[in-house]
Amino acid sequence: MPSIVKPSVTHPGLERNALGLSIRDYEGGMSTLCAGCGHDSVTAAITHALWESDTPPHMIAKLSGIGCSAKTAAYFARGAHGFNGCHGRMPPIATGASAANRDLLCIGISGDGDSLSIGLGHLAHLVRRNVRMVYVIENNGVYGLTKGQFSASADVGSTTKRGEANHLQPIDPIFLGLSVGATFLARGFSGDKRQLVPIFRAAMAHRGLSIIDVISPCVTFNDHEGSTKSYLFTRQHDVQMTVTDFVPPAEEISATIPSEGVVSIPMHDGATLRFRTVPDGYDPTNRMAVMEHLMSARGRGEIVTGLLYIDEQSSGLHELGNTTEAPLTQVPYEELCPGSAALAGVGFR
Amino acid sequence: MNPTDTSDPNYFHRVVDCQWACPAHTNVPEYIRLIAQGRYTDAYMSNRESNVFPGILGRTCDRPCEPACRRTRIDGAPVAICRLKRVASDLRGDIADRLPVIPASKTGRRVVCIGAGPASLTVANDLMPLGYEVVILEQHDQAGGLMRTNIPAFRLPAEVMDEEIATIVDMGVDLRLNTPVSSLRSLLAQDFDAVFIGTGAPRGKDLDIPGRHESDRIHIGIDWLESVAFGHTDSIGERVLIIGVGNTAMDCCRSSLRLGGTGIKVMARRPREFFKASSWELEDAEEEGVEIIVNHAPTRFVIENGTLVGMEFQTLEWDEQARHSTVASTVVIPCDDVILAIGQENAFPWIERDLGLEVGDWDMPVVDPVTFQSSLPGVFFGGDSAMGPKNIIWAVEHGHQAAISIHNHCEGIPVSVRPPQGSNLVSQKMGLTEWSYHNDYNPSARQRMQHVELTRRFQSIGTEVEVGFSAEQTAREVQRCLNCDIQTVFQAPLCIECDACIDICPVQCLTITENGDEADLRTRLSAPAKNLDQALYVSAALPQTGRVMVKDEDLCVHCGLCAERCPTAAWDMQKFELLIPLAVSTPVPVPT
Repeated sequence: MPSIVKPSVTHPGLERNALGLSIRDYEGGMSTLCAGCGHDSVTAAITHALWESDTPPHMIAKLSGIGCSAKTAAYFARGAHGFNGCHGRMPPIATGASAANRDLLCIGISGDGDSLSIGLGHLAHLVRRNVRMVYVIENNGVYGLTKGQFSASADVGSTTKRGEANHLQPIDPIFLGLSVGATFLARGFSGDKRQLVPIFRAAMAHRGLSIIDVISPCVTFNDHEGSTKSYLFTRQHDVQMTVTDFVPPAEEISATIPSEGVVSIPMHDGATLRFRTVPDGYDPTNRMAVMEHLMSARGRGEIVTGLLYIDEQSSGLHELGNTTEAPLTQVPYEELCPGSAALAGVGFR
Repeated sequence: MNPTDTSDPNYFHRVVDCQWACPAHTNVPEYIRLIAQGRYTDAYMSNRESNVFPGILGRTCDRPCEPACRRTRIDGAPVAICRLKRVASDLRGDIADRLPVIPASKTGRRVVCIGAGPASLTVANDLMPLGYEVVILEQHDQAGGLMRTNIPAFRLPAEVMDEEIATIVDMGVDLRLNTPVSSLRSLLAQDFDAVFIGTGAPRGKDLDIPGRHESDRIHIGIDWLESVAFGHTDSIGERVLIIGVGNTAMDCCRSSLRLGGTGIKVMARRPREFFKASSWELEDAEEEGVEIIVNHAPTRFVIENGTLVGMEFQTLEWDEQARHSTVASTVVIPCDDVILAIGQENAFPWIERDLGLEVGDWDMPVVDPVTFQSSLPGVFFGGDSAMGPKNIIWAVEHGHQAAISIHNHCEGIPVSVRPPQGSNLVSQKMGLTEWSYHNDYNPSARQRMQHVELTRRFQSIGTEVEVGFSAEQTAREVQRCLNCDIQTVFQAPLCIECDACIDICPVQCLTITENGDEADLRTRLSAPAKNLDQALYVSAALPQTGRVMVKDEDLCVHCGLCAERCPTAAWDMQKFELLIPLAVSTPVPVPT
């Protein structure tokens, strides 16, 4: 716990976004996580992406469950809405929030324990419904809050701080997402904001569910030599599968990007995603090919990062469920509750 | 860029902007912290070590530290360093037992100082503890030099000056008052091992235009101030014109108000942004009702029937840089007295020109700017007499350097051999997230000095205008200091590149990036490093990626959060102490 709150003093040349807000306006409370926690860097990347995207803070809903990761929702966008649910139960709450107001930018912050152990079932169904939200998994391979036991994402053979090896198979959220029809799958590393910030911006522009699995080292319990989720191991085994540029709809594009190996994907809101693929022929829209690439990379012990899979065609919760276009709070009472007579008309037959 | 060499004391010294800007390199943040802790005597002694006259300077210093203060770049107003110095001086306790012990048995070395101003007094202060016999020759009947004669008592009370001068004289200095020196040759013939000349710049510039010598109501500024200081002049006409707009002009106009003047005008040739006077002195004068008139160039004194009745000016129109002017019109402004405050010059009528002492441009002695020795070995200069008019704090620093030279000269060491500056770095960590200093940023605004009310301050010229900070003001002002001497010190081998420091820094000082040359790096940081006067602190290559940690020193508020959020203690907050060499810090010679 730092001795002081981050001082209000700012750089005199601090830039403002289209709303006239500085990046400091997207900060939250003071982090109480361990010094050097990867989660704090993820928070900083989200803060940056929100600022760059000119998001009005009051149009953000931050949702989380339980765990070190769940705390981080308090550390950005102090002007946003927030809900801190039970362990693993953030997805249904997010589904409800999104269904009630499709204009909200829902940001779910979860961890490998919250999402891949106790909340795995909820996560799978969130994916199936393609709820429009950004779902961040701060993945460090351990239960940090309970002092460093293996989580469900720990790799076989990786060790605890005391040296005991894990023998259980890991759950990889990217494979999970591919298998149940996710429409936006990315992996990042808390130590590489240059990659992480554009991925977050793309996720915020995506109209369905975007899952971002962020390797976020636990400095206290999982940053040692036997770890496969340490700062050093991740840097040594990181293979960037795609380099992502997010091109917002309003910005003029003057940079010339060589067409060879570039895949441009128009997004629903008019923005463009540009992929410069590192391996030849990697197609982030081909689910089979992505699965194959990831499988072989896993066999080589590589940590594949980048925006790995995207599908801008599939329908989301709002189209599938025919949800209200206006937020429920703005629907007049007469429409929300049409009365007994109307109810009788739709009564059981 | 190559990794920053922090073993060079100059690197971290430059980060302490105030200390770097101070000619005597006073350890400002340290004494401000001592004031914050209520340790006024310690704060005073910390000051005294480098600047010798904290009480005098706390009222009159030209404050080169304040424009340099980092706080200006943060919220637009520097820490009131000078006023805090006065707080330490006003509230200190007895310092007698903290002064250096003066050896009872002398070394037999004898030094004579000419003029009892700040430069000579500093030489005595530095040499007395080494067993020297120091003789100071003073033409007036009181010591102090231009501090006594040119700074009015309403800015610097005599008691403050008397006490600080006595501290030095009481070390056993042989101060001979009413002893003007008329010949350097005769002094050299006497039994002195070294001669120090600290005679100031005692001649005010004259303005030889028509009418100048036809009235006795036209005064030379510094001579007039001297006459006021010694009580020879106690009145002046109602309407006074001051010609010139430097700090002496400010002292003249404000003194006039206290001697019967009511309509005082300060006449300036150029527009306000080109004035020489310190901004606060201009403000203080205007507060008292002095009128400052720009773009007026004097052409003649108007004398009628042998009486000064006014002065004629050309009004000027200047180009943008105020280099070229055109005359717009001619006006006569009525007045009873005129005071000329257009600059000072050196004058050495008592130095014979055949002594081998080389004299250069403008009749100034050729003085080495490091050793302060003239071309005549054993003859040293300091203060205004060495380099022309500057101010007290420069005179003190000249005195320190000359004392080192004199000591070398007497010990047979070449004067060019200078003791090196050293530095200490000590971690301020007291616990996991606890520091020995108050690390939080305090958003208080600069405290305004309270002045004695206008009606009361003109009753006596000895009424000090500035009342000093109240306890509450002091408590707020000390917390505005950004503790720039508590350095952020980085050890590259420990860094795991987690970005925690970069994310937490409130002023975007830090970046991890690929190395490059300085011009390139300055554009690639978290915030562009546009202030080229402030260094970039560049680490060695980081272990995991080979990138470098870069810190732009410009705006760091030394809050220590980078070090608190660092999991490997690669960042630490360490107090930088500059070890300033003085004559007293060199080994004391064995008495013979």
